[in-house]
Amino acid sequence: MTDGLSASELAATVRSGKIEPGTVVAEAAQRAKIADAGAKGLNAFLSVQEEAPSVPDGALSGVPVAVKDNLCTLTLPTTCGSRMLEGYVSPFEATVIRRLRTAGGVVLGKTNLDEFAMGSSTENSAFGPTRNPHDLTRVPGGSSGGSAAAVGAGVVRCALGSDTGGSVRQPASFCGVVGIKPTYGRVSRYGLVAFASSLDQVGTLGATVEDAALLLQVIAGHDPRDATSASRPVPDLMERMYDGVEGLTIGVPREYFAEALDSQVRQCCDTGLERLRSAGAKVVEVSLPNTRYAVPTYYVLAPAEASSNLARYDGVRYGSRAANAESIADLYEASRTSGFGREVIRRIMLGTFGLSAGYYDAYYGKAQEARRRIARDFAEVWAAGSDLLFTPTYPTPAFPLGERLEDPVSMYLSDVYTVTANLAGIPGISVPIGAVGDLPVGGQFLAPHWEESRMIRAAAALEALMASEVRPIAWDTARELGKRM
Amino acid sequence: MNAHAIDLECVIGLEVHVQLRTDQKLFCADSTRFGDQPNTNVCPVCLGLPGALPVLNGEAVDLAVLASLAFGCVVHETSIFARKNYFYPDLPKGYQISQFERPLATGGCSTVETDGVSREVRIRRIHLEEDAGKSLHDRVAGSTAVDLNRAGTPLIELVSEPDIRSAAEARSYLQQVKQVLEYLDVSDCNMEEGSLRVDANISIRPRGVDELGTKTELKNMNSFSNVEKALDVEIRRQVGLAERGQPVEHVTLLWDEAKGDVRPMRSKEESHDYRYFPDPDLSPVVVPMDRVEAIRAQLPELPVARRLRFEGEFGLPAYDANVLTSTRALADYYEAVAAQTEDPKQASNWIMGPVLALAKERGVSPGDLPLAPEELAGLIGLVQRRRISQNAGKDVLRMMVYRGVSAQQVVLDEGLTQIHDVKHLDAWVEEVLAASPEEVERFQAGEHRLQGYFMGKIMKASRGKADPGEVSRLLLQKLEVRSPR
Repeated sequence: MTDGLSASELAATVRSGKIEPGTVVAEAAQRAKIADAGAKGLNAFLSVQEEAPSVPDGALSGVPVAVKDNLCTLTLPTTCGSRMLEGYVSPFEATVIRRLRTAGGVVLGKTNLDEFAMGSSTENSAFGPTRNPHDLTRVPGGSSGGSAAAVGAGVVRCALGSDTGGSVRQPASFCGVVGIKPTYGRVSRYGLVAFASSLDQVGTLGATVEDAALLLQVIAGHDPRDATSASRPVPDLMERMYDGVEGLTIGVPREYFAEALDSQVRQCCDTGLERLRSAGAKVVEVSLPNTRYAVPTYYVLAPAEASSNLARYDGVRYGSRAANAESIADLYEASRTSGFGREVIRRIMLGTFGLSAGYYDAYYGKAQEARRRIARDFAEVWAAGSDLLFTPTYPTPAFPLGERLEDPVSMYLSDVYTVTANLAGIPGISVPIGAVGDLPVGGQFLAPHWEESRMIRAAAALEALMASEVRPIAWDTARELGKRM
Repeated sequence: MNAHAIDLECVIGLEVHVQLRTDQKLFCADSTRFGDQPNTNVCPVCLGLPGALPVLNGEAVDLAVLASLAFGCVVHETSIFARKNYFYPDLPKGYQISQFERPLATGGCSTVETDGVSREVRIRRIHLEEDAGKSLHDRVAGSTAVDLNRAGTPLIELVSEPDIRSAAEARSYLQQVKQVLEYLDVSDCNMEEGSLRVDANISIRPRGVDELGTKTELKNMNSFSNVEKALDVEIRRQVGLAERGQPVEHVTLLWDEAKGDVRPMRSKEESHDYRYFPDPDLSPVVVPMDRVEAIRAQLPELPVARRLRFEGEFGLPAYDANVLTSTRALADYYEAVAAQTEDPKQASNWIMGPVLALAKERGVSPGDLPLAPEELAGLIGLVQRRRISQNAGKDVLRMMVYRGVSAQQVVLDEGLTQIHDVKHLDAWVEEVLAASPEEVERFQAGEHRLQGYFMGKIMKASRGKADPGEVSRLLLQKLEVRSPR
């Protein structure tokens, strides 16, 4: 009975008393169960909360929200998709979860992810891969693949993810949903299990721009527990959402339309740009010359920070501890070797190397310099008159499960369109713009620091302009999935 | 150092870690109290739980700035926290938050004084960092227990230049540093409780040579006298090597107090590459110049300045001034007493003699005796006005302290008012002379040292109340009168 209602409509219905929040949550839990059931299920959720909560009146009253399993919650475990934290229940909850609950939202369950958010396919989870709701043989993207699949399958209208190099936007594009990565510092990281602290940002996913924006509105804002969260007011993100793109100058960075881009994805982008132009936007070609350094820069800095952030998982105080270790060094080695998966170990090794004496300047130091240049590229295009940039979110649609597992470098290289926003700290949004066969394709807007509202407005306009091209969120996908098993 | 075949000098640099006296830890709100039940002053932040983030305690920065200014350092407007990465069970995050390339302050100095000669020792840097927890190897048989109450306690590290030339100078440097820090009231400086800890770097070189020899690092010295002993042992060891023509190896040595010797750490314990990098969870520490100046205005008068002032203003000998300024509390106490007495030297005599003796007897610092400055000044006044004798005064002081009453009250209670009245005194003199005819004869025969014998008898007869000056005059007068010649 809640099918087809947007998050805000659902909240209004609950607030009016026409439906009990318990009913809403039970229905969503039922959808989650159906979607995930069986060997060919989505495997989007790692845990589901079925208790009927009592909820306060707020923007999200009774709205079930799927939460990536690297955000600390009080009742459900927080595993980060890792054996290392299997069964770990946090004694405190993330600030974003507290804000979500204060606004009446309900944590429906914790969603699957690449272990510690390291990956672009959700295949690096210790608890098995998540499948793409549009094609069960393909990946949902990652690392917030569980959250994207849950929204894409119609289990929930909105979900929380985290975006370190594209981990909200890329799975959003693969699953045909909207994904927002806010400006670094817009949302508290307190209670987000750190991957790369200078790049991590909690983001939102939604069936529509409005759903994703509503959730962002609830979780954004200064948090005294996070020294990197900005103490600046959060504007009303919905106020000008439907004002259209007339008068906006949209830059198209030529480096984002290079050879690696799939021709059909390019076609979707071109159609999108045409319609933006016809809706009154001024489209200009721009250049971000340091884009070529983005992937190598990211893959030096993110693993470096990760190698330090993940040092705490040593088997001493919590989490998985290897049995029969003979010395403390053995305990560390055995616990970490058995507790972490391949990709996590690979990145810890990479990061440790990049910070080592004798290599620091050549790797970490150089990467910091490249990061500054990438940020400067953006500053220059804003100064030259672009209000926003438009790019593809990812070079291809969703790829088949297992296809890239043995070739991590090709997987890394494809992050080129998303990592730049994290390196520069600017916000980005991925919005569905079309499809290649059954597979959704996303386009990305990037905006200057703190201009989420402008970016959301353009995305809402494009969403409306492209409605005929995109694969709709299948409200009966859960049932469909049931039939296909 | 002794002369040898080659004239060698030793070169010592000291690293002093000092816990700052804040109520709360450096990056969370837990108490820094010493001696509580293990693992009770802990929270997700100092336990290093997944998702927790540090937030800087500004009070610790202020105390560190105060200390930096007291040593004449330049306080940098911007300094940066860095992570020092290593694994240890009492280091919950797997890294310590410290400062590395951009410390809080640089370029200060302190003094050392040996054999009455004073020299400057340069201080290279002062930086802020968090303390680790404690590994307890004797709590649980066969296991190491970890207490994380101390984890996250704010520390400053003062790093000297290698300007120290002997173990005795090292001790003097530490005493001066400790004295200044106590004056500032930034730390307890309690070595037994670990709130002040010292590591040393030592090398030797032929006198007159500029380059430094290979250094060894010396740790685990838990008192100033142990620092001096350990350095002496290590200097002798290095000189011995040099005399045998053997090289000094770069090793870390532990002082073994029981054996009175140094032993090398196992190589595993020291082969660290700390992989320092800026902590992305914390913004740079910014101390604006006006803040620095506001803190500078709070600097108390420091020991050296106060000593010189005591010599000038109160006319005290250098020795007195030195003792009285040894701690800020004692100096404050002295000044309060001196302000209420006519003779500052008398005040010094009383404090350095009987008051310090009583304090030592009761195991407290002089300021903690139940003896308000005005009470002591009152007592000194009674003696100076000859209401009571010097000796009676000492007894009165003891009774004041133990009974907690004023000098006036003790004198009244005990009937100790000095008696100047000639009639009274005359009676005692007569009584004693009458009882000692033999001694009178011997005195008159020229044995004048018997005057002391008579005085003693008379004072005893008066129960100490007789004015000794007056008694002496009367005594000599009477012995003259009785003279046969």
